[in-house]
Amino acid sequence: MFERLEESGAEIAFTFDGRPCTGRAGDSVAAALIANGVKVFRTTPVGGAERSAFCMIGACFDCLVVIDGRASRQACLIPLQEGMAVERQIGRRDPAR
Amino acid sequence: MVVGGGLVGLAIAYGVRRLGLSVTVLDGGDDAHRASRGNFALVWGQGKGFGTPDYARWTQASLSAWPGFAAELADISGIDLHYRGQGGFHLCFDEGGFERRGAMLDRHAAELGADAYPFEMVPAFELRRTFPHLGPTMAGASYSPRDGDVNSLHLYRALITALRRLGGSYRPGAPATGIARDGAGFAVVAGGQTFRARTVVIAAGIETERLAGLVGMSVPVRPQTGQIIVTEKAVPFLPYAVSTVRQTNEGGVMLGDSVEERGHDDTVTTGVLGITAARAIAAFPVIARLAVVRSWAALRVMSPDGLPVYQQSASQPGAFACICHSGVTLAAIHAGELARQVAGGALTGQAAAFGTGRFDVRAA
Repeated sequence: MFERLEESGAEIAFTFDGRPCTGRAGDSVAAALIANGVKVFRTTPVGGAERSAFCMIGACFDCLVVIDGRASRQACLIPLQEGMAVERQIGRRDPAR
Repeated sequence: MVVGGGLVGLAIAYGVRRLGLSVTVLDGGDDAHRASRGNFALVWGQGKGFGTPDYARWTQASLSAWPGFAAELADISGIDLHYRGQGGFHLCFDEGGFERRGAMLDRHAAELGADAYPFEMVPAFELRRTFPHLGPTMAGASYSPRDGDVNSLHLYRALITALRRLGGSYRPGAPATGIARDGAGFAVVAGGQTFRARTVVIAAGIETERLAGLVGMSVPVRPQTGQIIVTEKAVPFLPYAVSTVRQTNEGGVMLGDSVEERGHDDTVTTGVLGITAARAIAAFPVIARLAVVRSWAALRVMSPDGLPVYQQSASQPGAFACICHSGVTLAAIHAGELARQVAGGALTGQAAAFGTGRFDVRAA
């Protein structure tokens, strides 16, 4: 499993699917999710297969999550911020909701 | 032999192979301009051929052939085309546009007489029963039960797969550079090799003018740029094909509303994409909540009058040129009637209306 090597940085509180989590200043959302043991970030829109962060550099689009109600955000490119509500993205988006 | 492995060339090749003739398709490389990978995937007739009834009838004949074509192609290739021939809508953004659209379709019906296709004008309050997400400023739409759409990338792959399964040959990475008379047939130089055949069909999109010129035909064709935006995949919320906003079977929404004359320039521009997005959001405001995942521009294939060109060389019989703008809609008739005529060695009947003679300057 991944282990956090650098423990410096202020603690940042956020939630994943409503569950309280803690990250560190300087974390991307993807890094913070991994550090909190989250394995499945989303399921694919057509096949329903589970996806996690893969490239961590913005190229693969596997790490899409819903952040503060906005879907399909690249978790690996977005700096974690205090109070963020992160959700697993399940299948296809319903734009009406 | 077919020069050009886009939807037009492949449909003809597939149709000719179904008749039992041997066929090789010579296709360009991945860097070729490919209208077949940039299209909007409508199987569409309403409004097409206003003022040119031959084209309207040719289009309607292809629409009639589409269900059978799709079923057989899916059966042979094992690929689901996601063809929906259940009807399609063309949106009207304001009352004036709604009136003009209705008047145009009425005049078109009068022009076609007994061959007129069915349509109705659907005002916004009624349209909302079919499209609950229709925007508040929209005036309505025209509807024709004969229109529809398809997954055009599946169609493209299905044609290649079916052609090969039937014993035809598809050669990618072989852009034709030379075509010349060779005995009773033709020799085509492509990808460093020479291929020989009795009949050669040039269906090379915007490259057709250059290649057809090598075998005595003058086929004027120019590129026309169309820009398309694709959103992330969403749950189905557009139950029918709409001419400028189309939700694919997998859920992505394609937005395409532009035509530009700018030569071989296929770059995307924020101005056109912005207008395209704004119009799509006016039509269906929920689209504003979807992320854009891709946008592209493709070079479509245009003749001077916008109609297809089907021509056999007068000086070098056995050489044909076939181009059109609506390679998806016409795929069914290209695989059927047009392939039969090419195999028979003569363009006749409805297809004969689309020869290059119409571009010649008339004698005084």
